[in-house]
Amino acid sequence: MNGNLYLWLIPALPLAGFLINGILGRRLPKWVVTAVALLAPLAAFGLVLNAALGFFGFIPAASSLPYIETCPQAWINIAALHIDFSFVLDQLSLVMLLVVTGVGFLIHVYSVGYMGDDEGYARYFSYLNLFLFFMTVLVLAGNALVMFIGWEGVGLASYLLIGFYFQKKSAADAGKKAFIVNRIGDFGFLIAMFLLVSNFGTLTFTEIAAKLGMDPGWHGGVVTVIALCLMLGAAGKSAQLPLYIWLPDAMEGPTPVSALIHAATMVTAGVYMVARTHVLFDHSPFALGVVATMGAATAIFAATIALVQNDIKRVLAYSTISQLGYMFLGCGVAAYSAAIFHLMTHAFFKALLFLAAGSVIHGLGGEQDLRKMGGLWKKLPVTFAVTTVGVLAIAGIPPFAGFFSKDAILYAAFQQGIYGEILWGVGIVTALLTSFYMFRLWYLAFLGESRSPEIHPHESPWSMRGPLVILALLSICGGWIGIERFGAFLAPSVGARAAEASNWSLAIPFTSLHLSLEICLVLIAVFVALEGWMIADKYYRRKPERPARLAADFPGGYKLLAGKYFVDEFYGATVVKPLLGFSTYILGWVVDVGILGGAAWLLGGIATFAGAILQRWQSGNLRSYAAWLAAGAAAVLLFLLVPWATVLANLPAIHLSMAGH
Amino acid sequence: MNLNFAQEVPLSWYLILSAILFSLGVVGFLIKRNLITVFMSIELMLNGVNLSFVTFAQQWHEVKGQIFVFFVMMVAAAEAAVGLAIIIAVFRARATLAVDRIDLMKL
Repeated sequence: MNGNLYLWLIPALPLAGFLINGILGRRLPKWVVTAVALLAPLAAFGLVLNAALGFFGFIPAASSLPYIETCPQAWINIAALHIDFSFVLDQLSLVMLLVVTGVGFLIHVYSVGYMGDDEGYARYFSYLNLFLFFMTVLVLAGNALVMFIGWEGVGLASYLLIGFYFQKKSAADAGKKAFIVNRIGDFGFLIAMFLLVSNFGTLTFTEIAAKLGMDPGWHGGVVTVIALCLMLGAAGKSAQLPLYIWLPDAMEGPTPVSALIHAATMVTAGVYMVARTHVLFDHSPFALGVVATMGAATAIFAATIALVQNDIKRVLAYSTISQLGYMFLGCGVAAYSAAIFHLMTHAFFKALLFLAAGSVIHGLGGEQDLRKMGGLWKKLPVTFAVTTVGVLAIAGIPPFAGFFSKDAILYAAFQQGIYGEILWGVGIVTALLTSFYMFRLWYLAFLGESRSPEIHPHESPWSMRGPLVILALLSICGGWIGIERFGAFLAPSVGARAAEASNWSLAIPFTSLHLSLEICLVLIAVFVALEGWMIADKYYRRKPERPARLAADFPGGYKLLAGKYFVDEFYGATVVKPLLGFSTYILGWVVDVGILGGAAWLLGGIATFAGAILQRWQSGNLRSYAAWLAAGAAAVLLFLLVPWATVLANLPAIHLSMAGH
Repeated sequence: MNLNFAQEVPLSWYLILSAILFSLGVVGFLIKRNLITVFMSIELMLNGVNLSFVTFAQQWHEVKGQIFVFFVMMVAAAEAAVGLAIIIAVFRARATLAVDRIDLMKL
């Protein structure tokens, strides 16, 4: 039964693509670069699809899940600590791999059109393949250390791609910001790993789960600390409060990168990690509560900022942060399968929206300001159609994908008592805001009259429109799997408790109170989504002068939102500036120039001074050498002849003989 | 042949003569500027040492000291051949034999 699935090939293929294009890319003809860059993720996707089809029984299965592939050579073997380089394919990583390689491949195809004229074509694709390599390592990881390799690696790829246009200072700065802010999160991840090693003696996920399962005494305490450290890591990678600040700036990268890394896959790694280590969170209700609170707070916080942004990509960036908040809310109420479900549908519709935005930007020759768009539906019909699908999906209007997944999370939250109901309320308000700002974007960009008549937009090539259409179809149909089937499928990976929470409509009789509650909640969610649409319609179609008047009526509130709550400024004043001052003055001047530089000067000075004295010996005068030689010989003679000198010369021998006794 | 001659002259006289010869060589080596004189001073030192060798050989009835002297004389002869050749070469090149002025290799 346990045939070989060749899991190691899934990361290895993009790695090969990275090496080929990274080393030889500039010398190869463009079609070779394209072929290498596209074949690597396509082949990886094929391997994943093969495994998935086998599991679902469409083709003879090579192996059952979970399927573990371990490097035969032990990786780290110190005292009691054994860490293998192992890959695990289970239900969770299978779903994630399908998303990563599938959406990843589509975005590679899209990039062929989008980046076609760029000088750094080969460099771009080598980075993109590098990203896929690390992302698949992260997803397949069988223990926390392997995951950490992927975790750091995707951060590196993200840094390289945000700073892709490194000649632009803002892009280079954004890359650095993303990298540095992620360090804070990685610090949490590292601490969590150290704690895992010292408390459990292992980093393998299954072994941790087994140890936790064996001893019911594992509650609170150290498990909470580990879970909170992991959560800090997840907050850094997935742009949650208070570490979300790097993601909006990451929009400096090329738009397909924003779609792949900063919307669909990398930023969801935090959610994936929480789901992967869910046993730890399950044993710490406090940590779960923190995760849920963080998710809900981030969701509504980012959504309010998105209301007033004018850069099309920034709106989407804040919306991504907000949607990631939903996923963490799902994780926080132990509805891991609902969170992963939303992760998947979000990957579809947010990648779609970003790629559509890229298509708009491409068509307008680089324009990203919503205020200069308008009336694009005539000029960019395909882009308009797919954006409409994406907007409906993210707003949560049935039967589009976002409706099902968001609803699953909100329902799971509602079942968690009073606090859960508060979180549900926050989620519903966020849903209203989401619907509003997405339709605002839709109206501003595509409907009405063009506000920049001098620009003549053109529809994108088919290499870009193809992936858009496929993603649009996925955004429509992706939710039809249904949370019941999805939850049941994921249950072996993320635990029965999660499955129970999301398995509701199968288990509960049709006439029960719960079903009517469910219908009520669904109706509220849909109503709220439509309400958001109506408000957007009123403000941006029927009375387009209203938003400006509203902003004028509440100048303080508008400024607060437009300034993104001045969090960047706050961090700048409280963290960056003191740190910079400390580095410049204390570390730079006192420690570096004063202490280290002084010590170096002192040592150098001593050597120079001693040299200046000893230099006189090396006069080059033969006779002075001879005189020293003679003097030395005379000294030896004296030493041997005078009795007390003999005693001195014998001292070491005396010591030795004493030691010998 | 009066073999008692060696017994009549005390050992220390030989050694003192040897030391005087050696010291003269050292002093000559140190204070003389002419390369040939310096060279001759070295020969003087070697012969001072030779004298002490043969003295001890006689004293202890040991033939190794005598043999060693032959070695020293042989090396000194070889050294004289090479050294004089160098001196001639230096004189041809520099037209001087003053050691202080042959300082091209000096820093």
